[in-house]
Amino acid sequence: MAVESDVMEAAGPYDRARALSAFKFGDVTFYWITRACAISVLLILGGIIVSLIIGAWPAIQEYGAAFLWTQRWAPSADPPVLGALGPVYGTLITSVIAMAIAIPVGLGIAVFLTEICPLWLRRPIGLAIELLAGIPSIIYGMWGFFVLGPFLANNFQPFMISMFDGVPVLGTIFAGPPSYLSLFNASLILAIMVLPFITAISVDVFKTVPPVLKEAAYGVGCTTWEVVRNVVVPYTRVGVIGGIMLALGRALGETMAVTFIIGNSFKIQSSIFAPGTTISAAIASEFAESDGLHQSGLILLGLLLFVLTFCVLAAARLMLMRLEKKAGN
Amino acid sequence: MNPIYASRRRNDVIIRMLCLAAALFGVTWLALILFTLFYNGLAGLNLAVFAQDTPPPGSTDGGLRNAIIGSIIMTVIGVGIGAPLGLFAGTYLAEYGKHDKLTSVIRFINDILLSAPSIIIGLFIYGAIVVPMGGFSAFAGCLALAVIVIPVVVRTTEDMLGLVPNPLREAASALGLPRSLVIRRIAYRAARAGLITGVLLATARVAGETAPLLFTALSNQFFSLDLTKTMANLPVTINNFVQSPYVYWKQLAWSGALLITLTVLALNIGARILGAERTSK
Repeated sequence: MAVESDVMEAAGPYDRARALSAFKFGDVTFYWITRACAISVLLILGGIIVSLIIGAWPAIQEYGAAFLWTQRWAPSADPPVLGALGPVYGTLITSVIAMAIAIPVGLGIAVFLTEICPLWLRRPIGLAIELLAGIPSIIYGMWGFFVLGPFLANNFQPFMISMFDGVPVLGTIFAGPPSYLSLFNASLILAIMVLPFITAISVDVFKTVPPVLKEAAYGVGCTTWEVVRNVVVPYTRVGVIGGIMLALGRALGETMAVTFIIGNSFKIQSSIFAPGTTISAAIASEFAESDGLHQSGLILLGLLLFVLTFCVLAAARLMLMRLEKKAGN
Repeated sequence: MNPIYASRRRNDVIIRMLCLAAALFGVTWLALILFTLFYNGLAGLNLAVFAQDTPPPGSTDGGLRNAIIGSIIMTVIGVGIGAPLGLFAGTYLAEYGKHDKLTSVIRFINDILLSAPSIIIGLFIYGAIVVPMGGFSAFAGCLALAVIVIPVVVRTTEDMLGLVPNPLREAASALGLPRSLVIRRIAYRAARAGLITGVLLATARVAGETAPLLFTALSNQFFSLDLTKTMANLPVTINNFVQSPYVYWKQLAWSGALLITLTVLALNIGARILGAERTSK
């Protein structure tokens, strides 16, 4: 016994110090590894901005601000004439139409899921909507190209064209001829794609409404619609708008689905059944075969898209953060 | 009945019907897309799809072997690079820097990267890797996928570690465990299901990504395992085949689309089941 304790006394302090220093070393290393990884997130954003600016620099010098309002896109001319107006117009118009379809439907589904749907049906429908968000965008593009485009061109578009024929403004917007590849087809696909985002966030923020508020409203005899309109929506307005902005950010940058069915025409046309292009579609379809100033112009388009989505997404996050604070209090 | 009551009830019924219609509208699209995929994809799905490489133009035999293997390699490497990085970054946000100014900035930037257009990531990797390295390579494709994986994993890791009750950490600290071991042995273990869910969701997200590969990994008609050269992958192969004039290529594109979609949906459902188990415990 005595010998053993002697051994322990001899070894103890030494091992203890070593173990402690190993712990300390491990602790500091782990801290700095995690910190470095966290900071790398910032570096990625910085890298994206810097590499886009470097890539776009020749085009910025060549075209300057006129890039924004030039419509002509002639990369093979000598010197190449490049203008962003066509793609920017296409990006904005498809996103606006997509949101006009997706917002009411997405909110409708959210109301259905939170207020109307029987409990046992909630999970399957919620899951179906979430899976819609999981389908890769190239599948949407392919489906739009082979199925939705022909269907719209053969059935929906002729109907709209003949219905609004001769009506002043609408007649121009819904002008013929029907086309497999058009701004409207792209918008509809985009609407289906962003629908799950609007629904998911709306369901989440609708759940933050304190049940006692809703119960009080039901208690004084409100109908479901009145509860939604007068209690749920006012309470969650900021969050719902944040969700919509998030979906808008997605719609602005969506690439593959749009590239297949928009037709890649840089000409701006008044009819939404005419082909067009978006920033991302233009990059996706031309970048691999581009060089020199043409490539730089495409990267400049990418920079424009990044700035646009950055602003929209930042606004969305700020709004959602405001709601989180409110829910936290 | 009082006319006000009648009109209120009528409005309510109309709105309920509209909401029901909206839900049906949403579910219908999923059903339609899945139906078309199975209808067109199953017909061409046979052993040759897995056993043979992509056919040259005009040929009517061949499969997707090189594309399938290339996709698996690039997804695995992409997730292999992005997931640990995201995991550590998320750990910092949740464990060390909870009340840091830096943390709120990183969280904000991460949320923006989460929804940044994937084609921009492609442009970034093209400028940062492809141009300096002097050519398209599978490795650049992996990095592009990793950049997409990182924000997804950061987000879920932070959320999941946030759910681990603090008394667990306090008990471990009271026993004299150093901070890093508290995180690795206690917090990670308690949040394990959630962390795996995050990685699965990130994998599902990149498995079908096309835009960032278009000008990083490009595609390759032949079988290749060389990370420094172009590599075939399913999404870009589908992209090329859909727009081709050959019937057989389109058939292969449908089969490939069915494969990707089933993989992605399986990953999504798996992640959800795992997540549901955790919350029910």
